[in-house]
Amino acid sequence: MLTFILKRILEAIPTLLVLITVSFFLMHSAPGSPFSGERTLPPEVLANINAKYHLDEPVINQFFYYLGGLLQGDLGPSFRYKDFTINELIAQSFPVSAEIGLWSFLVALVIGVGCGVIAALRQNSWVDYSVMAVANLGIVLPNFVLAPLCILVFSIYNQWLPPGGWNGGAWPYLVMPVIAMSTSYIAQIARITRGSMIETMHSNFIRTAKAKGLPKHRIIFKHALRPAMLPVISYLGPAFVGIITGSVIVDVYFGTGGIGQHFINGALNRDYSMVMGVTILVGTLTILFNAVVDVLYALIDPKIRY
Amino acid sequence: MKKTLLASAILASTLITAPSYAANVPAGTELADVQDLVRGGGSEPATLDPQKIEGTPGSARARDLFEGLYNLDGEGNLVPGVAKSYTANEDNTLYTFTLRQDAKWSNGDPVTAHDFVYGFTRAVDPATASPYAWFIEIPSITNASKIINGEAEPSTLGVKALDDYTFQVSLDRPVPYFVKMTAHQTMFPAPKKTIEKWGSNWTKAEHIVSNGAYKMDEWIVNEKMVFSRNSHYWNDDKTVINQVTFLPIESPNAELKRFQAGQMDLSYELPNDHFKQLQRDIPEQVVVTPMLGTYYYQFNTTKAPYDDVRVRKALSYAIDRNVITKFVTGTGELPAYSFTPEVVNGFNPATPEYATWTQKERNEKAQALLEEAGFDKRNPLSFNLLYNTNENHKKIAIAVASMWKKTLGVSVTLENQEWKTYLETKKHQQFDIARAGWIGDYNEASTMLDLLTSTHGNNDGKYNNAEYDRLLADAKTLQNPSENYNQAEAIAIEQDMAVAPIYQYTTKRLVKPYVGGYSPNPEDSIYTRDMYIIKH
Repeated sequence: MLTFILKRILEAIPTLLVLITVSFFLMHSAPGSPFSGERTLPPEVLANINAKYHLDEPVINQFFYYLGGLLQGDLGPSFRYKDFTINELIAQSFPVSAEIGLWSFLVALVIGVGCGVIAALRQNSWVDYSVMAVANLGIVLPNFVLAPLCILVFSIYNQWLPPGGWNGGAWPYLVMPVIAMSTSYIAQIARITRGSMIETMHSNFIRTAKAKGLPKHRIIFKHALRPAMLPVISYLGPAFVGIITGSVIVDVYFGTGGIGQHFINGALNRDYSMVMGVTILVGTLTILFNAVVDVLYALIDPKIRY
Repeated sequence: MKKTLLASAILASTLITAPSYAANVPAGTELADVQDLVRGGGSEPATLDPQKIEGTPGSARARDLFEGLYNLDGEGNLVPGVAKSYTANEDNTLYTFTLRQDAKWSNGDPVTAHDFVYGFTRAVDPATASPYAWFIEIPSITNASKIINGEAEPSTLGVKALDDYTFQVSLDRPVPYFVKMTAHQTMFPAPKKTIEKWGSNWTKAEHIVSNGAYKMDEWIVNEKMVFSRNSHYWNDDKTVINQVTFLPIESPNAELKRFQAGQMDLSYELPNDHFKQLQRDIPEQVVVTPMLGTYYYQFNTTKAPYDDVRVRKALSYAIDRNVITKFVTGTGELPAYSFTPEVVNGFNPATPEYATWTQKERNEKAQALLEEAGFDKRNPLSFNLLYNTNENHKKIAIAVASMWKKTLGVSVTLENQEWKTYLETKKHQQFDIARAGWIGDYNEASTMLDLLTSTHGNNDGKYNNAEYDRLLADAKTLQNPSENYNQAEAIAIEQDMAVAPIYQYTTKRLVKPYVGGYSPNPEDSIYTRDMYIIKH
């Protein structure tokens, strides 16, 4: 197991390097620059700015400057938020998204798996249909519809919750972002759980368990749930990364100050170092959680051994 | 909305003193116990360093944190700030400002002439790399251009501290609107000690010192910025609001929700789609004021057939501006027939002839002109209309394209591009006709008209008329440049139709009825220290 983990870490390095290189050159090949704006700057003014950020040098030099900084853990200055470095911005915004994400993940997991199991056990009954109908609502109701809808219901019609802000993560500020964030994941998890659970319930070892006369709850919780969770877990790895790195919709509508909007705005503003920063963050997390999923697989599935 | 001309007063080389600036609460107004104001802040500012700020969200916050020599009131007139008064020499090239001695930074240090020297100098210093360095070049402050170009030392800039409270600026040529420009953040004082100690970190909440009515308590990027009263501010006694919070919200729809839920007292903007409904539901909270800016279509004059004035005129005439402002934008904009908006201070653009015709007459003229230029049903004109991706621009483009189609039989392909790509495309003249807009930097007609001079960096349509260039160059030193401006308008629009003006911008905001003292000028300079919260 230890060699496996070590191997995964070593493999991650070239993967990240490729990711960084490709993203860097792709980003720099986009038309426009961080400093192009409605007003065309006088050439001498632009020259001074470009010199300050090394933008007057060949892209390859800029790449090595960037790598040099990166090796020292420096993600560079932001081209958009000029008073901040990318390290500072990520340190400020990532914990916000991670907190919303963790709660959303827990909510999605508990409700999603619960709905999926219930629907599977009552397959093709009205319980199945209604649970899955509700779960599917989460898929057809995208969060850019759900977020303003929540605000309308919880903040404007009824003044129960603050319509936006973060306030250090006080719970009233957390509720709506978690609802908006978790709904689509609930639906996905419920669907995957249901499918996998149905399949498991029809497998031979469950039939054996039933034939042995084991009580139903024992069959479900001790025997069926574990193998049924495998497809859910492989979905959860990347989903977890997605959920903790926030969403632009949640950040824009609830003004939480999370990291989600940096993905879109970084690209639109040509904030090169921001795009690189979030790419590296997501890349690293994805590799990490895929490894975690593999380890979990080994723990859950007796057929897999590393 | 005409403003009286200040330039004459400025040029009279006299001492100007006026009432001080602060909240003017009418007698009998009962103030609320809690004087905390929450303002919509637009997008998160790129920086709070006054010499580096380039966007309006940054300016809005800088006006609360810092104060320059002069401020502008609700009508765009000068009101003393750190300067009590000023004198100018006979040919208006040497300005001497007398600073008030009670102006202080938020750490209690006095604001001196040296702070202004430092502020002006660092704006042009190449090491600062300020995107607004050109703002010091515009009034021709001695050596500004050379310093920016790296040909002179920053210390040679034409600014001097004669003593702690006397600040002098020398200009290479008289610029009538120079004093007004001092209300802009680029010309604000800068706290040298703090900046040198903290470097680029000096604007962080834990380090920043400011000389305005407020000081910063908290800055959480994309969540909020909180300012509280600066007790050292010279006019703190007359300030009413104790705390102001700016919520950075880019989406007007998201902002509206937070206003409706009562989390915000004064919005940054409002979504156009909701304008009519809001006017119906809460008319007293919808405040529309004219803004110093024009929305227009730009012709690529380097490319046939847009190098033909007949084609440009035909297309411009065929735009029914009343339909656009009434039914397409529908948020209180005024149709534009001149390039300079009517609200500009000190200049009343003469109405061009085509503005006096009926739309039917304009359409007939347009048809005749296009035919003359060689386009008809068998040889129809067809082109791309470029705009940056945005719902409002799209609606206008669809409306104008259908007007062109109906009146002139022209076929138009709409082309939208993401912002930065659109800017590049325009800059390299890879367009036929493009949407454009311009908001003035200072309240004087040249802020708009300079845009169409042949060497201007934003003249993307590459309009080029030597006589126009000459008129604007001459206007810079004239006591009353209105005549030149009118001639310039007549040449660029009436004669050459370099661009097709469409409408004059407005500022639209939602303001809670209990917010007093809100009076934006055409440049949208509003100061929290002028406002107060009425008991409600």
